[in-house]
Amino acid sequence: MRILFYILQKEFTQIFRNKGMLPIIFVLPLVQMLILVFAATFEIKRVDMVVVDQDHSSSARQLIDRIRANKLFVINAFPASATEAEKMIQAGKTDLALVIPHDFDKKATLRQNAELQILVDAINGNAAQLGSTYLTSIVNDFNRDLQLRQSRANQPRPAVIVAEPSFWFNAELNYRHYMAPGILVVLITVVGMFLGGMNLVREKELGTIEQINVTPIRKWQFIAGKLLPFLLLGLFELSFGLLIAKLVFGLPIRGSLPLLFLIASVYLVLVLSIGLYISTESDTQQQVTFVSYFMMMIFILLSGLFTPVESMPVWAQRIDYFNPLYYFVRVMRSVILKGSGLQEVIWEFAALAGFATLMFSLAIFRYRKTT
Amino acid sequence: MNRFKAFVKKEFLHIIRDRRTLVILFGIPIVQLLLFGYALTNEVRNVKVAVADYAKDELSQRITQQISVSPWFNLVQTVDNPNDYEALLRSGKVKEIIVFEPGFSRKLTHDGKASVQLLTDASEPNTAQLLVNYTTAIIQSNNMQEAQKAASIEVKTRMLYNESMKESYNFIPGLMAMILMLISAMMTAITITREKETGTMEILLASPLRPIQIILGKVAPYMVLSALNAIIIVGIGTTLFGVPIRGSLILLMLVVILFIFLALSLGIFISTVASSQMTAMSISGFGLMLPTILLSGFIFPIKNMPLPLQIVSNLMPPRWFIEINRMVMLKGADFTLVWKQILILMVMSAFFILLSMKKFKIRLE
Repeated sequence: MRILFYILQKEFTQIFRNKGMLPIIFVLPLVQMLILVFAATFEIKRVDMVVVDQDHSSSARQLIDRIRANKLFVINAFPASATEAEKMIQAGKTDLALVIPHDFDKKATLRQNAELQILVDAINGNAAQLGSTYLTSIVNDFNRDLQLRQSRANQPRPAVIVAEPSFWFNAELNYRHYMAPGILVVLITVVGMFLGGMNLVREKELGTIEQINVTPIRKWQFIAGKLLPFLLLGLFELSFGLLIAKLVFGLPIRGSLPLLFLIASVYLVLVLSIGLYISTESDTQQQVTFVSYFMMMIFILLSGLFTPVESMPVWAQRIDYFNPLYYFVRVMRSVILKGSGLQEVIWEFAALAGFATLMFSLAIFRYRKTT
Repeated sequence: MNRFKAFVKKEFLHIIRDRRTLVILFGIPIVQLLLFGYALTNEVRNVKVAVADYAKDELSQRITQQISVSPWFNLVQTVDNPNDYEALLRSGKVKEIIVFEPGFSRKLTHDGKASVQLLTDASEPNTAQLLVNYTTAIIQSNNMQEAQKAASIEVKTRMLYNESMKESYNFIPGLMAMILMLISAMMTAITITREKETGTMEILLASPLRPIQIILGKVAPYMVLSALNAIIIVGIGTTLFGVPIRGSLILLMLVVILFIFLALSLGIFISTVASSQMTAMSISGFGLMLPTILLSGFIFPIKNMPLPLQIVSNLMPPRWFIEINRMVMLKGADFTLVWKQILILMVMSAFFILLSMKKFKIRLE
């Protein structure tokens, strides 16, 4: 135990004397919470559009006023022709164009079928779909009002089924509350996988590992000495990040913090062991960075952090059984946002604990004192 | 010149003999393309839902049936106790509970109004919103009177540049930016810092090679690798995912080369600032990779961000690269439409090259 204590002392001294690393430790969570959480949103807040009004009638004007009243749409210009509007879309000056043909008013009042055209930049399919759907629904509302005004007979109101949604755990549909726990997972994964692994392989690169190999330090002590400082660092980053999230955008923490930190520790042991395992197999820090980056990228993309896991094909969902991030993102979200207790995240916890034991043993086993 | 050639050759051998790195260098773009192309989507499909039917009449059962056969929902269970709702949503077993009130269709015929409650797990706001939209659409399709009303204004929507709404159109330019950043900037920064950290920079500086030759020799292999990767991405994108190249291929390639050049100059700049590989990795990881993914419009549209971030995104080189790329590849834009963005990229590269020349130390401290 004394030996482990000395190793830890050495590792901590090394980390804190590296002037380049200290600011990174503090700046990182700040940047993640203040920039990434605000940037990562699929919420469509603004659609730029142009209107090609060839009709100049009162109906056309009423329709345009109705679009103006909607906060989502910003009308940038009124080009003279559809070709000109298309050019503006090509140049990226606007997202969408509504073409009102010259006979719009006449047809609409004579109850013939009037036709409107929407041109939309569909490179971002999601946004395009949303923009055109909203615009279509505005037109439909307009249409209904027009019909109501035209129908002379006062018909009885038709029976309707109303859907009443209620949003649980996040009533305002706050995207930041949703993203912050996930981004925190990325933060501590980076600390675990990269910093731990690079630290070990650095000893190899500089040759100082030889000096350790000839001491009575045992294999597990060496690996534990590399693991513990970064485990503490990771937990520190997690608490710092949670604090910022709480202060800056009022992230509600509904579940138990001790439970969260317990699972986070197990998760950190797992990712640190993966990082250390990679570094026992590598010779240079560049290799470690590369392999870790490669794995992390796959883990992050498949974890459900940005896109829902249920929508993925079955093979991708199978891969997720071996994805530490998948489990931990779920744990973070349900404990923080839904206030889940241990029994609700027991499977995720068990999986993380199992993989952590496995990878830690593997890292010790693969580390050789002999060359 | 001969010396320089030998040096470049040495650097190439360094990379080529490191099999693992080489495999990953080419594996990254391919794996990412496949993941983005086949696995990741923002749509919701097969979301687990539960039904609590307190009416059990013909109409409520018909709506339940419609929901269970739709592609968006996977009806996994029925509940009959309101006390179970919270546990179900909290455990994540279902994402939405659809509740029919007692006497559902009777209320509809007598009172002219009946309601269905949709309880959703909004800890995922995007999914929750979509679920509510889809369920509401299904429920309202049963409002017969609504359906009979023929719309006299017809809206025709044309999806420009991406008729079939493929997601691959959106991500390929961004993916290219990300991979080029990774290889050209991050790897270059680390490889030059490595010479400093292991002390071999001293040997190089004492050699007859001039500093500029050392740097050029170091970045040459990464330049070639980046260009190869760019070609692979465009190749897979066009053949496998059918992404068109509507503009001029030559213009596209010139822009790619310009961006590689910019990324290399960023990498060199980072290496002059960082003293250890870990620092270089952290700076390029958080200063370059994260903004490339998040602040460039690659995944998240810039327009939806708060204003300060929109301003910051102007300083991100990949933002401009992705913009040019989308315009040239997908919208068939020519030089006259993208010269401004190209100019910005050029100014940025000049800035970083000048800065690194000023910072590069030929003497040891």
